[in-house]
Amino acid sequence: MVAAMARLDDTASLAAAEAQISRDAARRLDIAFRGGAGIFSILVLLIAWEIFARSGKVTAFMLPPFSAVAERIYADAIGGELWRNLWVTMFRAITGFAIAAVGGIALGAVMARSRIVRWFFDPIISVGFPMPKIAFLPIIILWLGLYDVSKISIVVFDAIFPVVTATLAGLAGVEKELIWSGRNMGASERELMWQVALPAALPQILTGLQVALPIALIVAIIAEMAMGGYGLGGAMMSASRFADSRGVFAGIVEIAIVGYALIKAMALIRRRLLVWHQETAERH
Amino acid sequence: MRATLSYLPLVLLAVAWEAIARLNLVDSSALPPLSKVGLAWVDLIRGGELVNNGAASLYRGSVGLLLAVLGGGGLGLCMARWRLLDVFVNPLVELFYPLPKSALIPVTVLWLGFGDGSKILLIFLGCMIPVTIGAYNGARGSDHALVWSARSMGANRLRMMWDVVVPSALPELLNGIRTALALAFILLVSSELIVSQQGFGYLIGYLGSTGSYEGMYAVVLTVAFLGFAADRIYQLFIQWLLRWRD
Repeated sequence: MVAAMARLDDTASLAAAEAQISRDAARRLDIAFRGGAGIFSILVLLIAWEIFARSGKVTAFMLPPFSAVAERIYADAIGGELWRNLWVTMFRAITGFAIAAVGGIALGAVMARSRIVRWFFDPIISVGFPMPKIAFLPIIILWLGLYDVSKISIVVFDAIFPVVTATLAGLAGVEKELIWSGRNMGASERELMWQVALPAALPQILTGLQVALPIALIVAIIAEMAMGGYGLGGAMMSASRFADSRGVFAGIVEIAIVGYALIKAMALIRRRLLVWHQETAERH
Repeated sequence: MRATLSYLPLVLLAVAWEAIARLNLVDSSALPPLSKVGLAWVDLIRGGELVNNGAASLYRGSVGLLLAVLGGGGLGLCMARWRLLDVFVNPLVELFYPLPKSALIPVTVLWLGFGDGSKILLIFLGCMIPVTIGAYNGARGSDHALVWSARSMGANRLRMMWDVVVPSALPELLNGIRTALALAFILLVSSELIVSQQGFGYLIGYLGSTGSYEGMYAVVLTVAFLGFAADRIYQLFIQWLLRWRD
């Protein structure tokens, strides 16, 4: 009887384990299916592009075939032009983004602590955030010239707003109990900020940075297009002026890959920094 | 009183601007006094340049955005309802989502030239993705119980879409449109700055190249103000539209 019970128990747990395995398998299959469908859709898009471009319905000027564009990218990569342009654009976008990140978090933290600073910057941030700041580009050119300084400045000017607002919102949302208990344990105001408030606000700050990063890239490319010179944006614009449509499409593909890589990298950094946070635990 | 006090810093900035320019602390061509910028603005309105170019810009922006809302909203809702469409279209949305939209400027010029068409296409393509994502996330979050009970009460697919799925997707859809609105201004002004013969961006570039910096500042501030005002008005519109929620 007892043995039978034990066997019954075993079968039950075996069944549960099997059910678990098949659920896991189903989930894995679903992920694999989605992943497969993803690659499949992108391949279909590229093949459709190739066929449509060769069908004679559009001229090679309007839409060069993907193979020709890939060839062009390969040639640029061999010639070294691609790497120089890529480096220049990345340098401007990432430098601007880094300055905006550090400056934005610092300003947000100071605003959260000081009422005067907050009073002064609150209307500036809330009016400035929704403005199309790219319109100020000619003024920045007027002040700072056509070189890297002005391009990086417009990137900072555009990317800093989401960082400040996210930092402010994050710090405002920190649980009071955390601050109180930190204070009770004898933490100084500086320690409270660095060791309690900022880490607790980190998820929201990172969200702000994730908004700011694509903005930095968009603005860097616009600035390059408007001012010319080296860089992915400048190269695309001169290709467009010389009616070199392969160059234009090569630029789009390159910029798309850069944008994709940057966003994925940022998501990876987020997961790394938030290992301790429940948001990360829920994914596994 | 409270409101005026909270916007006082902006007034202080304006006063500081005027003072710095009047005291010749910086070159007056780099920073003309605010009062002269104001006079230049009045001149530009009287001369009709600001109105004509502004009308061209607003026409392009609103048509492009409207198309993006219709196209992106429809696509997002359909993706949330039909799994097969979702599986195959979602990877493409994810692929184009991180594309810096400014990269599309030269292509739209290549296809449609320097006029209205290329700007409308640019804004449509650039703004469609955030609207699609908003509609998709909103519609996926809609309560299954609501969908089931609507179906059991005999609502057909179209009716259910309109009466159940759209309202529950609305908050996120409206947020997506807000992102699109800001993006529309950015794409509009930057494409006009780079290649155009009309519009706000063109006027800014033209006034800058002829050295009438007061006018250039006036147009820049006008565009910035319009972007700000559009966002505020849109937020009020959202509040009004979602007044049935608590």
